[in-house]
Amino acid sequence: MLAEKYPQEVKKILAKYPPEQKRSAVMPLLYLAQRESGYVTKEALKDIAAMLEITSTEVVSIIGFYTLFHDEKAGKYRMQVCTDLPCALRGADKFLEELCGNLGVKVGGTTADGMVTVEAVMCLAACDKAPMFQLQSADGIEYHENMTVDRTMELVEALRKSKA
Amino acid sequence: MSQYFLLRHRDIPGIGKIDVYKKNGGFEAFKKAVTSMKPAEVTDAVKASGLRGRGGAGFPAGVKWSFIPNNIWPHYVVANADESEPGTFKDREIMESNPYQFLEGVAIAAYAVGANAAYVYLRGEFWPVAHFLDEKIAEMEKAGFLGDKLFGTDYSLRIHTHLGAGAYICGEETALLESMEGKRGQPRIRPPFPAVYGLYGKPTVVNNVETLTNVPLIIEKGADWYKSLGTPDSAGVKIFSLSGRVKKPGNYELPFGTTFRELIYKYGGGIIDDRPVKAIMAAGASSTMIVADDKALDTPMDYASVRALGADLGSASVIVIDDTVSIDWVIGKTIHFFEHESCGKCTPCREGCYWMLHLIERIEHGEKTKENVELLHSVAKQMQNKCLCPLGEFSTMAVTTAIERFPADFKD
Amino acid sequence: MTKLVTLIIDGQQTTVPEGTLIVNAAKKIGIDIPLFCYHPKMEPVGMCRQCLVEVGRPVVDRASGQPVLDGDKPKIQFGPKLETACTTPVSEGMVVLSQSEKAKASQKEILEFLLTSHPLDCPVCDKGGECPLQNLTLTHGSPQSRFIYDEKSRAEKHVPLGELIWLDRERCIQCARCIRFQDEIAGEPVLAFYNRGRATDIITNSEPGFDSVFSGNTTDICPVGALTTADFRFGARPWEMKAATSICAQCAVGCNITFNTRREAKSGGKVAIKRVMPRQNEAVNEIWICDKGRFAYHFAENNERLEKPLVRRDGELVKASWEETLKVAASKLAESREKMFVLASGRLSNEDLFNLKQLAYNLGGEALLYTHMGGGELTASLGVASGTNFGEMGAGTTILVVASDLYNEAPLWYLRLKQAAERDATLIVVNARETKLERYSRFVIRYSYGDEVETVSELTKKANIGEAISGAENLVILYGSDGLGLDGSSALAAACAKLVKSRAGKANNGLIGVWPRANDQGAWELGFKAEANLAKALKGKTVYIAVADPAGDDPALATALKEAKFVIVQELFLTETAKLADVVLPAQAYTEREGTFTSGERRVQRFYPAALPRGETKADFAITAEIAKELGLELEGRSAARVMDKMAAAVNSFAGITYGKLAEVSEQWPIVGRGDLYYGGAAYENKQGLGVQLDLTPGDLTPAPSSIRRGESLRPDEDRWLAVPITRLYDLDVTVRTSELLRQRIGAAAVLLHPDAAKTLGVAAGGRVEINGSRLEVRLDAGVPVRVALVPRSMGVSIHAPVIAKLKKA
Ligand SMILES: Cc1cc2nc3c(=O)[nH]c(=O)nc-3n(C[C@H](O)[C@H](O)[C@H](O)COP(=O)(O)O)c2cc1C
Ligand code: SF4
Ligand code: FES
Repeated sequence: MLAEKYPQEVKKILAKYPPEQKRSAVMPLLYLAQRESGYVTKEALKDIAAMLEITSTEVVSIIGFYTLFHDEKAGKYRMQVCTDLPCALRGADKFLEELCGNLGVKVGGTTADGMVTVEAVMCLAACDKAPMFQLQSADGIEYHENMTVDRTMELVEALRKSKA
Repeated sequence: MSQYFLLRHRDIPGIGKIDVYKKNGGFEAFKKAVTSMKPAEVTDAVKASGLRGRGGAGFPAGVKWSFIPNNIWPHYVVANADESEPGTFKDREIMESNPYQFLEGVAIAAYAVGANAAYVYLRGEFWPVAHFLDEKIAEMEKAGFLGDKLFGTDYSLRIHTHLGAGAYICGEETALLESMEGKRGQPRIRPPFPAVYGLYGKPTVVNNVETLTNVPLIIEKGADWYKSLGTPDSAGVKIFSLSGRVKKPGNYELPFGTTFRELIYKYGGGIIDDRPVKAIMAAGASSTMIVADDKALDTPMDYASVRALGADLGSASVIVIDDTVSIDWVIGKTIHFFEHESCGKCTPCREGCYWMLHLIERIEHGEKTKENVELLHSVAKQMQNKCLCPLGEFSTMAVTTAIERFPADFKD
Repeated sequence: MTKLVTLIIDGQQTTVPEGTLIVNAAKKIGIDIPLFCYHPKMEPVGMCRQCLVEVGRPVVDRASGQPVLDGDKPKIQFGPKLETACTTPVSEGMVVLSQSEKAKASQKEILEFLLTSHPLDCPVCDKGGECPLQNLTLTHGSPQSRFIYDEKSRAEKHVPLGELIWLDRERCIQCARCIRFQDEIAGEPVLAFYNRGRATDIITNSEPGFDSVFSGNTTDICPVGALTTADFRFGARPWEMKAATSICAQCAVGCNITFNTRREAKSGGKVAIKRVMPRQNEAVNEIWICDKGRFAYHFAENNERLEKPLVRRDGELVKASWEETLKVAASKLAESREKMFVLASGRLSNEDLFNLKQLAYNLGGEALLYTHMGGGELTASLGVASGTNFGEMGAGTTILVVASDLYNEAPLWYLRLKQAAERDATLIVVNARETKLERYSRFVIRYSYGDEVETVSELTKKANIGEAISGAENLVILYGSDGLGLDGSSALAAACAKLVKSRAGKANNGLIGVWPRANDQGAWELGFKAEANLAKALKGKTVYIAVADPAGDDPALATALKEAKFVIVQELFLTETAKLADVVLPAQAYTEREGTFTSGERRVQRFYPAALPRGETKADFAITAEIAKELGLELEGRSAARVMDKMAAAVNSFAGITYGKLAEVSEQWPIVGRGDLYYGGAAYENKQGLGVQLDLTPGDLTPAPSSIRRGESLRPDEDRWLAVPITRLYDLDVTVRTSELLRQRIGAAAVLLHPDAAKTLGVAAGGRVEINGSRLEVRLDAGVPVRVALVPRSMGVSIHAPVIAKLKKA
């Protein structure tokens, strides 16, 4: 139960909105739920629905609309490379291709050790610092800008080590 | 320009710290507004300054504030920090480096319309930015710039951040409000506009981050001073986000009226490998394709002049394309973007983007036939003027103009 | 008064109230603007874009504020963009073009967009023939597709959203009508979109899937064949079916329905009912019905139906001729005379009940209504008067709901009261436990079982509530039998009656009984009485039981029946009661004959035959008339219409009612049917009659019974519990249990306990307890008072009134 596990956070989130507009808290609570395992579990989903007095169908519907919410497990880190027009004009596609080659995955795939899922995403508002990607994990989101494949591989290695 | 008004951190390092900000005149404008001006006077000052919205549509900010009715309460202010237009990255820099000026702008806007709660809606990817702002907001509360009975008056205000979760459409103000209400970020029919029926159905001002960041300056230095910058049609300064095939991409804060040539060559350092400029998209992926001839390059960047080029200045996200790039590939990218971001609410956008994607994929995969290109053009045209919100129209802008203005790139 | 504005649509001038949407203004003058997402019962969303039209407005001179003239006519300015007729309100001087080149082109273009991802599987689609997408394509569609078929989006075609409703994801056009219906109208948002863009999909995450008692309505308003009922899908083509007008027989609301029938090989060449559709009656059910009404009609087709009369010979029931059977029955009745009585249920039509009553009267016996709920003398005298319509109630009206779980007992009233509350009517819910309707009520009052009468009597003394009741312009009281038996409900009715007494005869005022049967109100109007002690009454009597199963409901009554002198049973099935009978008369199902029901709102409504009668069955009123004939009495048995004529002459409140009058219609809003299907959905237009609400004539004002039996306070103690009966929508009633589809929703007989109570007993949800010798599954509900066990009726446990009982873990 989220409210039991993160009482402070839940309280803070709910306090942001007028009491009769609890539903506004659905997105922050989904982020909180993803802290556990990187995706929203069935239990968390019901939990959020009950807390906000909406149906679980409505909560699922929110997960389905927004790309940063997930209802399925993926790699521990989601490496989301921007390949949108401005970044692509500065070599993002090539970067992604080489990165995938080095990691031995296809776009959308997860490395064998379950550490990294590589995804191509739309503009991340860092167009002047391509190639770039964001790293989404249970702890949040982090930008990595002006990247090269080598530096990215170093980062992946560091992530792998930090797990050990 | 030697002095920055919005990207002030470039002049004053550490302005993101509250004491540095205060030392440099921070919160004086807010204090002045709350302690010595009536809310309507604040609105009038902003109206008189000619400040236009920096989120894309360029609607006069003060006029928008004056639409808030005084017979329906409460009122809300929502700062649009969704910044998702491909090629736009200015709001992020403001919030990361000059956060207090932005938050002070939010506070003044809230005072002007009598809102006691304001929200900053950030795109989900700005997770660290949101946490950073949360800290800044806490600092302001501690220092007495937010909270109850501000500056000894009866006015109280709280600001909260709210994170989106990956949906470009949530930059559209009504979709943003739906999203804030905990729903799918799908646009509402307008009218009613947010000024009357906004957050939780209450009167709401939605303004872009950059727009709001201008406000403290206007209150501090006055409308006339503000109007003296820029052009008669487009007052003040603007951050131009320059990206694409230039040597020095980045944000450039310049007066309105600077030409494309100056932006690209003087500030952007020219084109990579010194190739010629081929096309310009002045407002990110939503823009039409401007043929980058001399006339275009020498066009001053203000709302009216850019419109005369068959384009829009929008949020001034200038994507530069050189002659190494084929225009069909460019619209392949934009169509892909819009197909991914179409919310699915209205038929023409949902189905049209999907159909355009199929066609451009066919074209990209060697079937650059006249029929396919004409069909693509006609599908885009068919979407126009029918969509529920501007996203659908946006998706067609580059497509139709690319085919019309760069026909050679659509032949084998 | 709302302001009126005048505008011109496609050259036709019309005047409508300010605020009217263009699409509705057009509809009123017979112009059908094509649309998909708009539905006249829901908020407009403007998302399908099919209804784009050209809109011009008069140009006004800024300086003078005067309209600019173009010659002698006002100059009209058309905007650069088309506008959605479904979201744009009319304005003075507006000019709308829905048939201009531009508008027509747009309609065609939107249609083309929709078709790019539509499977075009019309030949195997249930909606074929009544599909607006198909119809519009015929009108506008271009014969050739510019879209490449191989690139069409593919999606799952057979997705059960639950046991009742199936989704075809390919056919869905994302209009959100289904989602909005569940959210706005039903208040059960268990459908939603998943994903976005072209991948947008309908989902449900409820358990069970699509958990709503109104789910079937979404299949009517879905403009394509994306949503179909498990019952009807692939059942028949709409154009092969005949439509038979009827009234739903499942509860006291009296929803207007249509049976769609077809003669088919599968049913041995007989006429089979293929589906139930709502029929518009804005004063009763609008265009909706609940799932029980939609799916629980299969009982009439059941193979266990009685088809021949039976008489007892040498202890065995054997088939006999009508002639013989009627003779035996008549002779026994003649012998018994005033020692006979009729025991009939509210499943029978007014005509049947009238004849039964006449028979009893002539023999000097009594006419008793078989019911667990009383107070009908009061609803007959203080019931709502003609002109009453929940649909028109809003601010100024107070609606008091006492001891009723409307969601389960009368779903459409639940829906209509929810809507009235949303229009600002003051809804007050008074019950011993939490019920669903409370969500929409302004005041909620709880009492302990046994304190109903006292609670109601004190209401007017309560702050705010008292004012809301006494000061209301209109006051309607609905009382039910939630947790009550015959005594308790009768006493409650009397207490409620006091509150509305002074308002008798005024429209939108009065007392309504939330009766368990479709025509209980009719029985009360005709003077039937309830009997508290049936077992005693049966002793030594000849009893003529019509469509009631006391033996099946209560073992004690089975025993009592054996003590009766002679038992005549008129039935559809060989029920437990029929098995004990001396004579069994096979009746026709109401789907096989004509008749009328009187709804709880006192509206008399006609039903017509839909299917052919089974075997040698006869209509109930005709059987009674034939028995009467054997007795030398003259009762009308030739046709239901003639019985009604007799009834109108004999019974005050029915005065003036004829079958002709019941068949009258007047224009309703929204206009559904006519040329297009998409406006209201596939709901049937009502051409067959809106029925007539009975008048309350001053002479009918019989005083409330003088000796009101106060329900004794029922206080459980130590190891004793209070067990009270409640109604569940889906139960084991014969009309429900024969419906295969609903079986899963009926589930097991379960007792509802408060979680703390279960803890005391040491059982968990799903465990079992023993109560009065029956073993029941346990379900938990925090809304139940502690130390109270809620026991569902018609689920095999014979608890008909609150009792103190022993409960233990089984
Ligand atoms: C599809 C779409 C996306 C938009 N995205 C943004 C955005 O990311 N940031 C923004 O400030 N405005 C965005 N807008 C504009 C907003 O709807 C709105 O006009 C703006 O926030 C108003 O603020 P302003 O008047 O200060 O510009 C978008 C509009 C559309 C139609
Ligand atoms: S299933 Fe039918 S009603 Fe629901 S969105 Fe799809 S087309 Fe509309
Ligand atoms: S947009 Fe008007 S009916 Fe759908």
